Amino acid sequence: MTKKRPVNLDVSTFRLPITSYVSILHRVSGVALFFSVAIFLWLLETSLTSDQGFEWVGNMFGSPLMQFVVWACLSALAYHMVMGLRHLVMDMGYGENFESGQLTAKIAAAVATALILSIGGWIFIW
Amino acid sequence: MVTSITSLGRSGLSDWMLQRVAAAVMTAYVIFITAYLMVNPDLSYEQWRGLHSSLPMRMFSLMTILSIAAHAWIGMWCVFTDYVTVRLIGPKATIVRIFFQLSMITITLLYVVWAIDILWGM
Ligand code: HEM
Repeated sequence: MTKKRPVNLDVSTFRLPITSYVSILHRVSGVALFFSVAIFLWLLETSLTSDQGFEWVGNMFGSPLMQFVVWACLSALAYHMVMGLRHLVMDMGYGENFESGQLTAKIAAAVATALILSIGGWIFIW
Repeated sequence: MVTSITSLGRSGLSDWMLQRVAAAVMTAYVIFITAYLMVNPDLSYEQWRGLHSSLPMRMFSLMTILSIAAHAWIGMWCVFTDYVTVRLIGPKATIVRIFFQLSMITITLLYVVWAIDILWGM
């Protein structure tokens, strides 16, 4: 393919079903998680190497910026895991047609939202 | 059959299976840690260290970091091969993609070494 051929698919003008959004966000959250692993390992290390470190993690880091970073990483994990489990169910052959796919996407999105809010409550408020 | 030298298992089907087995291990770990923190709201430093220095927990954590490594390698490989392509970014795509993939593999291996250092160095 040396000749440039016209590309006519302007994705930004499409109206997509919920399944598409849920799917691309799963990918985005997966990439975000790749970098979050560094944060998770750092928290584990800090909590295991000194008493002060353990307290610092246990008391939610004392800094709003750090709280936000950890919340974002845990949210990516919660979302990716819930949507990943939906994926595994579909891989086993359940819920694969469009109607049931939309339904499970909605259910999974609701569960993920609830988890993300709970994690926020745990980190910021509790 | 086209084989790729930067994919983890050199075969789409084995990568696919490995990615799913790894997902199951990670899910088990997340559920375990969450449940542990919920039933031990007044967790102490000694108890936390005790948990992580026990052999079964070290094995579980090791399995999890290996799962993360395999899963992330496969997942990131898919993302790179979808977007960093000649069609989307031009003739330099192949070399750029190989650079991304080698960086990703390096970071992944560093994560594994770091985790082992945490678990056995504590
Ligand atoms: C730190 C941990 C994790 C990282 C870095 C990670 C990263 C990724 C990445 C980059 C992808 C590729 C996304 C795509 O191709 O669209 C992916 C796919 C996937 N992840 Fe994860 N993931 C993690 C944890 C989990 C967990 C806990 C589950 C639990 C169910 C999970 C389930 C899945 C599944 C089922 C897929 C396949 C999706 C597909 O084939 O389109 N992941 N992950």
